[in-house]
Amino acid sequence: MSHHIVEVKDLHYTYPDGTAVLHGVSFRITHGETVGIIGANGAGKSTLLLHLNGCLTPQAGVVRIGDFPLTKKTIEQVRRTVGMVFQDPDDQLFMPVVHDDVAFGPLNLGLPPEDVEERVENALATVGALHLKDRPPYRLSGGEKRAVSIATVLSMSPSILVMDEPTANLDPKARRRLIELLKTFTHTVIVATHDLDMVLDLCTRTIVLKDGRVVADGPSPDVLRNEELLDASSLEKPLCLQRCPICNGKTAHRY
Amino acid sequence: MARIETSFLDIGYLDTLSGQNTSVHRLDPRTKLLTTLVFIVCVISFDKYQISGLVPFALYPAVLMTMGNLPPGFIFEKTLLAAPFALFIGIFNPLMDRAILMHLGPVGISGGWISFASIMLRFALTASTALILIGVTGFNSVCMAIEKMGAPRIFAVQLLFLYRYIFVLADEASRVSRARALRACGSKGFGIKIFASMIGQMLLRTLDRAKRIHLAMRCRGFDGEIRILHPMKAGGRDVCFLLGWSSFFVVMRLWNIPQILGSLVLELVK
Repeated sequence: MSHHIVEVKDLHYTYPDGTAVLHGVSFRITHGETVGIIGANGAGKSTLLLHLNGCLTPQAGVVRIGDFPLTKKTIEQVRRTVGMVFQDPDDQLFMPVVHDDVAFGPLNLGLPPEDVEERVENALATVGALHLKDRPPYRLSGGEKRAVSIATVLSMSPSILVMDEPTANLDPKARRRLIELLKTFTHTVIVATHDLDMVLDLCTRTIVLKDGRVVADGPSPDVLRNEELLDASSLEKPLCLQRCPICNGKTAHRY
Repeated sequence: MARIETSFLDIGYLDTLSGQNTSVHRLDPRTKLLTTLVFIVCVISFDKYQISGLVPFALYPAVLMTMGNLPPGFIFEKTLLAAPFALFIGIFNPLMDRAILMHLGPVGISGGWISFASIMLRFALTASTALILIGVTGFNSVCMAIEKMGAPRIFAVQLLFLYRYIFVLADEASRVSRARALRACGSKGFGIKIFASMIGQMLLRTLDRAKRIHLAMRCRGFDGEIRILHPMKAGGRDVCFLLGWSSFFVVMRLWNIPQILGSLVLELVK
């Protein structure tokens, strides 16, 4: 299934104000992989994500989604393949009621109304938000907003799901629910985040960005145990891999 | 600023009320919108000294409010909020128009006062009815109805976006203002300089947000046209509601029933 492949080759990007953000990023993500993209603030995570579905077009280098290199001509096709969940649900949910928001994408794809209804129901049921269908988005809690944001993208049945900071601003239980939900997905999932515990829990593979370059790319447990690498990238070991501050390294049950 | 926050919460409350399931709520939004339009046209088209002819029109908001299970106190309060506008429109009438039109015992009442009262009465009727319309229909459905009835789509969509983001903006404004208040050490008022830069900040943030929203829309295939799925179905009940009320309004508009009743009673007494 080649259309699930995300390939980035020597990607460079400089913002119009002169800030150079990406300096030759390359990686290849294959079907069904769950990949965490981590790095300090300003390392280029969000800029990279914006390239993956054509919000930005490469200034140098190639982004290839499935069989298509990303160009102005293929952008529509690419956007059907890649679903992007933005960091702030208030940006993602712009329609007056949840139902309309989830139906927005499928309607733009030109599907007949019955199919749209079916997709809306399925997408909302997947994220456990079917009961919110007729509510206005500004009346939802943070966790509910996040779930609905994901549904708005799922309803377009993308093959690849890209998320920017999905666990930001969520309470611990909502965060846990989201992680469990993402674990059930068979899509290719790409998350940019500072939540390293989630990366360890969810992602099989981790890519570390530093100053617009890939400094590490490998299985999450290996990358996230490499203290030297993490420290150099302004990161630190996930909490669950750190010593317990109360029992100082003894396991919890002994304490 | 606390006041702004609470008044926005109140708009939200009107939305909650519109989520009820009463016989009025179940009517097609277009029916209610059309009926209300007929109502408003009839009310405003009276001549400027009319008072008694307006009185029967209070029946419509009263019935809607009761059947739609809306709290009268809340509607009254919200109507009052907009009252100053009407007040300023009418306030000069008593000064300009001093011709005595009627006598209440020994007191002569000038045309100005009567037209002022008429303006206030019309305002109370139309403003409360508009609020009640939203309370029994919901702002979104009213917008959809406007669009379904042939208003330019861009207009309806603008209203929808306005309604969607007014809460987000109000939230942002109140956060900025709270941040200032916490470090203002008791000094009251903004000062024009701080106010200007705050408004500028808000504008920049809003532009940024608009950009992000546009991106989010494009990512989901937005091509300049907003498509909304909302089948509306009008049935026999809707036709009855529309025709019933509209004919009532037209009859009340053409014949001054209270006056006719009044003179009938007087005749009988004689």
